[in-house]
Amino acid sequence: MTDLLDAVLLARLQFAFTISFHIIFPAFTIGLASWLAVVEWRWLSTGQQVYEQIYKMWVKVFAVCFGLGVVSGVVMSYQFGTNWSVFSDRVGNVIGPLLGYEVLTAFFLEASFLGIMLFGWGRVSKKMHFVSTCIVAVGTLISAFWILSANSWMQTPQGFEIGADGLLYPTSWMEIIFNPSFPYRLAHMITAAYLTTAFVVAGVAAFYLWKGIYQKHAKIMMAMAMLMAVFVSPIQLLIGHEHGENTLEYQPIKVAAMEGNWETGTHKPLYLFGMPNEETETTDYALAIPNGASLVLTGRADGVVPGLKGVPKSERPPVSIVFWSFRTMVGIGLAMILTGVMAVVLHYRKSLYTARWFQWWCMAMLPSGFVAILAGWFVTEVGRQPYTAYGVIKTAESISPVNAEQVAITLLGFVVVYTFIFGAGIHYVIKLIRKGPDIGEEEERYYDHSIEASVTKAATKGDAQ
Amino acid sequence: MIDFSNFIDLPLVWGVLIATAVFLYALLDGFDLGCGILFPFAPSDKSRNQIMNSIAPFWDGNETWLVLGTGGLFVAFPVAYAILLPAVYMPATFMLFGLIFRGVAFEFRFKASQKNRRMWDFSFHAGSLLAAFMQGMILGNVVQGFEVAGRNFAGGALDWANGFAVLTGLGVVAAYALLGAAWLVYKTEGATQKWARKMGRYVFFYVGLAMVVISISMPFMDSRIESLWFNTPNIYYLSIIPLLTLLAFYTLWKDLGDNKREVRPFLLVAAIFLLGYMGICISLYPWIVPFEFTLWEAAAVSTSQSFVLIGTVIMLPIILAYTAYCYYVFKGKSSDEPMY
Ligand code: HDD
Ligand code: HEM
Ligand code: HEM
Repeated sequence: MTDLLDAVLLARLQFAFTISFHIIFPAFTIGLASWLAVVEWRWLSTGQQVYEQIYKMWVKVFAVCFGLGVVSGVVMSYQFGTNWSVFSDRVGNVIGPLLGYEVLTAFFLEASFLGIMLFGWGRVSKKMHFVSTCIVAVGTLISAFWILSANSWMQTPQGFEIGADGLLYPTSWMEIIFNPSFPYRLAHMITAAYLTTAFVVAGVAAFYLWKGIYQKHAKIMMAMAMLMAVFVSPIQLLIGHEHGENTLEYQPIKVAAMEGNWETGTHKPLYLFGMPNEETETTDYALAIPNGASLVLTGRADGVVPGLKGVPKSERPPVSIVFWSFRTMVGIGLAMILTGVMAVVLHYRKSLYTARWFQWWCMAMLPSGFVAILAGWFVTEVGRQPYTAYGVIKTAESISPVNAEQVAITLLGFVVVYTFIFGAGIHYVIKLIRKGPDIGEEEERYYDHSIEASVTKAATKGDAQ
Repeated sequence: MIDFSNFIDLPLVWGVLIATAVFLYALLDGFDLGCGILFPFAPSDKSRNQIMNSIAPFWDGNETWLVLGTGGLFVAFPVAYAILLPAVYMPATFMLFGLIFRGVAFEFRFKASQKNRRMWDFSFHAGSLLAAFMQGMILGNVVQGFEVAGRNFAGGALDWANGFAVLTGLGVVAAYALLGAAWLVYKTEGATQKWARKMGRYVFFYVGLAMVVISISMPFMDSRIESLWFNTPNIYYLSIIPLLTLLAFYTLWKDLGDNKREVRPFLLVAAIFLLGYMGICISLYPWIVPFEFTLWEAAAVSTSQSFVLIGTVIMLPIILAYTAYCYYVFKGKSSDEPMY
C-alpha cells in the first residue's frame, strides 16, 4: 500500500511538472501567434517596414517557443497512458474524443502551416504568408478549445452514465463538450495567454527604450502591449470573478480552500493574508476585510460561503497551495490593471515612452503572466483533489499499475532534460531579443553617426567573425 | 446520440485508421529521423545544412502523425492504450527524450554559436537515433504481446528489454536510415546526393537482414501466426508479399547505384515499408493487444467511435490536402543557406 501511495505521489509530481513546463509555452505562443497576425496585417496594410522588422524578429522567438511547446506537448499525450492508465481506461469513452478532435482540427493545422510561416518567405506570396500566420493563430485557439473542454469536463463532469463495468459511457456530446465550467475556463485562459504575451512584449519594449535602441520599434510594441493592459486586464478580472461564481456552484469545497474558510456560514471575511492550518482547521495570522468573501461571492454581506469543515478531511484539497496560488494570481491580475492605469496617465502626460521608472516596472512585470498562469492552474488542479474527475474518480484510483521506481527514474529524467532544454531555450530567446530587429543598412547608418559608435561596431563585427 | 454501429464495423474501421496513421508516421517521420541518423556522417558542414533545411519545414507535421496514432488509440481502443503504455513505459519515455532532443535541435542549431552548434548537431543525431531505436523496441514488444490481468498490464518492469525487441530496434534504425538516404537522394544534389546514394547502399543489407530475421522468427513466436502464413492456400496468396519485397529491393539496389533516378528510390523504400508493415498487420490481425484483446473486445463504446469518425472523415482529406500543399511549397532541391 505504501508503495502504491508513493507511486501515486510521484506520478502526480511527474504530471504536474511536465504539464507546468508545457503550459508555459502554449500560454505564450497562443498570444504571440495572434499578435504576429496583427503585426503582419499592419505591415501589409500600411507597407511600413517597421512592422516587417518587428514581425521578423518575433517570429524567431515564436519558433523557439513553439518548438518547445510541441516537444513537451507530445510528452503530455503519453502521460495519460503511462501514469494514469486506469483513468484513461475508465473515462476514455468520454474524454478520448475531445483529445482526438484536438489532434484532427488543431495540431495538424498548426504544425503544417508553421513551416510556411517560418520558412515560406519568397516561396509563397505575401498574402499567402499572412494567411498562414492567421491559420497558425487560429490553430492555437482551436487547440485551447478542445484541451480546455477536456480539462473542464474533469472539473465539472456531466453528460455520461456509469456502466455496470465501472466504465463511463457518454450520453450527450453537447453536455460533455459544453460542460458548466468550460465557457469560463476557455475565456479566462485565452485572455490569460493574451495578457502574458502583452507583458512579455512590453517588457522587451521597455528594455529597448531604457537602452535607447530600436526606439521606433519599441514604441509600437509598447503601445500595442499597453492597449492590451488597459482594456483586457480589467476584463480578465470580470471573467475571473464569473469563473469563481461558477466554481462556487459546482465545486464549493475548492472555493472554501481558495478563501481559507473553514465554517460554512454568512458574513465571511475576505482574507488578504493568513496561514490556513489543516491541523487546527483555522486560518491563522489573518488580515481580513470583514464580510469581504460573502460580498465578493454572493453580492450580499449575509451571503453563505461554504466551509472546508462541510466535508470530511479525506475529501478536502491541500488548502495552503490553493489559498496562496489564488492570491498570487489575483495579485498579479491587479498589478496588470494598475499597469494599464499608469500607462493611461503617462500617455496623457506625454511620457509613456520616457518615464524611466515605468520602464523598470514593465521589465519587472515581464514574467508576471507566466507566474499567474501557473498559479491559476494550481488553484484549479490542486483544488480539484482528491479527484481526477471531480466526484467521479479519485486520483489514487487513477494510477497505472507501474512501480514507484519507474516513475521516479523517468521523473528524474524529465527534470534533467527539461532543465537543460529550458535553459538553452531561454538563452536563445534572450540572444534574439538582445540582437533585436534587423533594421538593415539605411537605418543602421542613421544610428551610428558618431565615430565612437562605428569603432565599437567594427570591433564587435571583427569579434563575431 | 449518433451511432453507426448498425451499418459499419466500427472497430475494424478504426483499426484500419490507426494502422494507417502509424504507417504514415513511420514513413514521414521515418525519413527525417533517418536523416538525423545519417547526419554526422555527411561529407561537409554544407551538406549538413542542406540535410537540416530539407526537413525543417516538415518535421513538426510529420511528428503529429504519432500524436494521432497514440491519440487515436486512446479514442478508439482506450483499454489497449491503457495496457500498452504502462507496458512500454520506459522505452516510450526514452523515445520522448529522443524526440525532444532532435526537435529542439532544429531551432537551436541555427541560433547557436559555432561552438555550441556541435552540441545541437549531436543532440539532433543522438535524439533521432534514440527515438528510432526505442520505436523499434516498442514494435518488438507489441508483436510479442504482453502479460495482462483483467484490463491492466501485469508484467514486470523490465519485460520490455528482450532480445527480440533489440533486434526490431536495430531493424527500425536501419530502415529509417535507408528511408532518410532515399529522401536525400531526392532532395539534394552534387556531393550530398552522391554520399546519400552510398549510404543507402551501405544500410541496404542491414535492412534486408533485419527483415529476414524478423519474418522468420515471428511464426515461431505464436502458433497462430505460423498456421496463418503456412497453411495452404494462404501460403500462395501471402507469398506475394515477400516476392514483391524482393523485387523492390532489387530495383532499389540498381537505382541507388546508377546516378539517374532521384525520386524512385524513395518510392521503393516506401513500398518496402508498406510490404513489411502489411506483413506484421496480417500476422497480428485481429488482435489489438496481441493474444489478449481483439479489435472488437478493446473497442470504445460505439457512440464514441462514431462521434470521432465523423470528424475524421471530414478532416483527414483536408489534412492530407494541406500537407501535400506544404510539401509542394517546399519542392525542389534543398539549399544550405539559413532559411530565415
Ligand atoms: C486534460 C487534462 C488536464 C489539463 C489540461 C491540465 N491538467 Fe493538471 N492534472 C490533470 C489533468 C489536466 C490530471 C490527469 O487529472 C491530474 C493528474 C493527477 C491529478 O490528480 O490530476 C492533474 C494534476 C495536476 C497537478 C497536481 C495536483 C495534485 O496532485 O495535487 C498540478 C499542479 C497540475 N495538474 C497542473 C496543471 C497545469 C499547470 C496545467 C496547465 C496546463 C494543467 N494542470 C492542465
Ligand atoms: C494535459 C493536457 C495537455 C495535453 C495532453 C496536451 C497535448 C499537446 C500535444 C501533443 C501538443 C503537440 C502538438 C503537435 O505535435 O503539434 C501540444 C501543443 C500545444 N498545446 Fe497542449 N496539451 C495539454 C495542455 C494544454 C493546455 C491546457 C493548452 C492551452 C490552453 C494547450 C495548448 C497547446 C498549444 C497551443 C499547442 C501548440 C504548440 C505550442 O503553441 O507551443 N495544451 N499539446
Ligand atoms: C484579476 C483577477 C482574477 C480573478 C478574480 C481570477 C479568478 C480565477 C478563478 C476563480 C480561478 C479558478 C477556477 C476554478 O478552477 O474553479 C482561476 C483560474 C485561472 N486563472 Fe485566474 N483570475 C484572475 C486573474 C488571472 C490572471 C491575470 C491570469 C493570467 C495571466 C489568470 C490565469 C488563470 C489560469 C490559467 C487559471 C486556470 C484555468 C482556469 O481554470 O481557467 N488569472 N482564476
